[in-house]
Amino acid sequence: MANKRIDEATQTETVGHEWDGIEELNTPLPRWWLWSFYGCIAFAIGYMIVYPAIPMVHKATEGTLGWSSRGQLAEEMKEADAARSTVRAKIAAVDIVKLPEQPDLMAQAVAGGAAAFKVNCVQCHGSGAAGSQTLGYPNLNDDDWLWGGDIKTIEYTITHGIRQANDDDLRQSAMPPFAGVFEPQQLDALATHVLSLSGKAKPNAQGAQIYADNCVVCHGDKGQGDRTVGAPRLADAIWLYGGTKADIEKQILNPRMGQMPHWGGRLDPVTIKMLAAYVYSLGGGEKIAQTTTPEPVKQDDGQPQQ
Amino acid sequence: MDSPNNSTDTVEQPVSAASAKPSDFTKRHDPPREPAPVKLYEKRRAVHNKRIDGPFRRFKWFVMLVTLGIYYITPWIRWDRGPYAPNQAVLIDLANRRFYMFGIEIWPQEFYFVAGLLIMAGIGLFLVTSAVGRAWCGYACPQTVWTDLFQHIDRFVDGDRNARMRLDAAPWTWGKVLRRGFKWTIYLAIAFWTGGAWIMYFADAPTLTHDFWTGQAAPVAYVTVAILTATTFVLGGFMREQVCIYMCPWPRIQTAMLDEKSLIVTYKDWRGEPRGSVKKAAKNPGEFGDCIDCTQCVQVCPTGIDIREGPQIGCITCALCIDACDKVMKDIGRPRGLIDYATLEDCKREAAGETPRPAWKTLLHPRTVIYFGIWAAIGLGMLFLLGTRSHTSISAAPDRNPPYMLMSDGALRNSYTVKLRNMESRPRKMEVEIDGLAGAKMWTGTMDYADAKRKLVIDVPPDETKALRVYVIAPPDTKAQDFHFGVTSLDPQKETDQAEARFTAPGDSE
Repeated sequence: MANKRIDEATQTETVGHEWDGIEELNTPLPRWWLWSFYGCIAFAIGYMIVYPAIPMVHKATEGTLGWSSRGQLAEEMKEADAARSTVRAKIAAVDIVKLPEQPDLMAQAVAGGAAAFKVNCVQCHGSGAAGSQTLGYPNLNDDDWLWGGDIKTIEYTITHGIRQANDDDLRQSAMPPFAGVFEPQQLDALATHVLSLSGKAKPNAQGAQIYADNCVVCHGDKGQGDRTVGAPRLADAIWLYGGTKADIEKQILNPRMGQMPHWGGRLDPVTIKMLAAYVYSLGGGEKIAQTTTPEPVKQDDGQPQQ
Repeated sequence: MDSPNNSTDTVEQPVSAASAKPSDFTKRHDPPREPAPVKLYEKRRAVHNKRIDGPFRRFKWFVMLVTLGIYYITPWIRWDRGPYAPNQAVLIDLANRRFYMFGIEIWPQEFYFVAGLLIMAGIGLFLVTSAVGRAWCGYACPQTVWTDLFQHIDRFVDGDRNARMRLDAAPWTWGKVLRRGFKWTIYLAIAFWTGGAWIMYFADAPTLTHDFWTGQAAPVAYVTVAILTATTFVLGGFMREQVCIYMCPWPRIQTAMLDEKSLIVTYKDWRGEPRGSVKKAAKNPGEFGDCIDCTQCVQVCPTGIDIREGPQIGCITCALCIDACDKVMKDIGRPRGLIDYATLEDCKREAAGETPRPAWKTLLHPRTVIYFGIWAAIGLGMLFLLGTRSHTSISAAPDRNPPYMLMSDGALRNSYTVKLRNMESRPRKMEVEIDGLAGAKMWTGTMDYADAKRKLVIDVPPDETKALRVYVIAPPDTKAQDFHFGVTSLDPQKETDQAEARFTAPGDSE
């Protein structure tokens, strides 16, 4: 069978087989190609030894280098954390009240807070921190604050949460439901009075009377609200659950009260500080002096306030 | 003119220098050879060009001095820009995205100035080519300059042409190894210096030099120096004319740009042919041309060609053969210019016995004028733009989420990211104002709402873009509308700029 010969036309050796008169020339691969091919095989063997390669029942072989994409991610995350650690240490060291006075550090805190916000807060407050009026999530960009809008108060609110158990220092309050208490006509008068507080309706004596009897304790005689109990201001343009008369009546009969989880146990204090800085920076942040209850002053007759 | 019409070739084709194939000449002078087997690879024959002196050689020295001087010294020139900007005259600061060139500073968005400069360089090449042929190749191209430099090193270490040829053919003795080692060390030193000079354009030269030698420079600096050292060493030391002949696209493009009106280095064959020694010519007066076939023109050629074969791609028009030939002609008492800068049109005219045109006529043909016009127009346009450009600008991008904000008193608030560009190397105060949007006021992220105004004065750091978070508040029931942020620099320049912005309100269809 094997009948190798030199082909005349090409001066190339044949492989020595013949099929119905058809012969094949033996044109070997170029050396460089062959060696590259062997090189690739050698490389592949080495690669399979040092890197994870062969799929087994539960997981692939691990490879002698011990490399894994998950491990690489963990390492990169560690590096990123290390890179952030100096800034975090600085933010941790500064009193949050003094943070806005240091523009550079504040900018870094705001940037860090914006990132943390995207992970933890956007679910309710929205990616632009605009909340939702229909669902009752407060807008954090405006200047209307239920519990106070200075940076320290914001930090407190984030740390301890609102109306959600598991934290001893949580913000707690409740508006009683008035369903069944008022006659429809009384309810109408009361809602009209509430609207009149922000100039949207004409005042009426009956409504004012009902308001004075039932609402003034928390919401104030002019509807100015009370931040110590999170009672909303009724004399402004912002309505958490809607500003129409129907909305207001609904809220009087069966009040909705939002909850916010406490983040003290879940996020570290520096992250919370940065979140507070971010929320504070959204444009509605208030100065400490304006609203916060003063720090406990050490006086004989002075009573430390919450 | 001296020996007209004694070659049959020139009778038929007066412009034979242009159209003659090399084979026409070789046929005439070389014995017929066996046809060589067809090979696609031609082995390089080393070029050992002979030393020559003359006006063109001196001009080449001068150009080499100027170009290498510019290249090596420029990064070390200092230029005072005050305390807020680097004091290096020419600096491409990639890290901070600034390009400094003496009194000019260019920001990334003004990169069209650099593009314009490159276009000018390109058209400048066209202009030079159409006026004086391949002058770029002959004198100013880095490949030519460095090759020339390395050839002088050859001459310095190994002697002139004959000595070098002998050494090349000699067996590898210790003496030859030492000589080669010494020469290549000099090559390497020059190559390293070349690579080292390049990186100085991208960082403060003294600092970088210190960092480089103490091992503190960025890896990219070492890699760049290594690559450029290698390329200079190989391209200048060994590949030389092969780069021009085989690698460079420019000679090929230029052949398309040259015509019978372009100045090229030409052998005036109607005057030189047929060749014959002085003795032969003395015996047979009128029989021979001016060329005595001394091959000096071949020996001095840095690319190793024979210019007498006619215009060819290997000729970089360095004109060293003109120097060589003129010297020989002077020695044997014949007029200079057997090899000379000439246009093919003039050659034709001269061959026909007419007087050649004056040089200015050669240079001033429509194509050069048009190229010069375009080149100058771009240059003037850029100068005008540079002179009148503003160093202050503003841009405003609105927050889209949320698009607008209702405040507790019913007022509407929009937020913007406003960027103020201060392109001066000094801190400046800029006044930002709301133009339009009646009743609106603004404050920034670092201010209090209580201090909101229609005009704000902002301190902008030198040579920086300052980004501000700006809150614009407008009275209740303001409708959605367009307005402008205006900026005015509060200095004698009083530069102004405007940025369009939209105030979004409930019901805005946007």
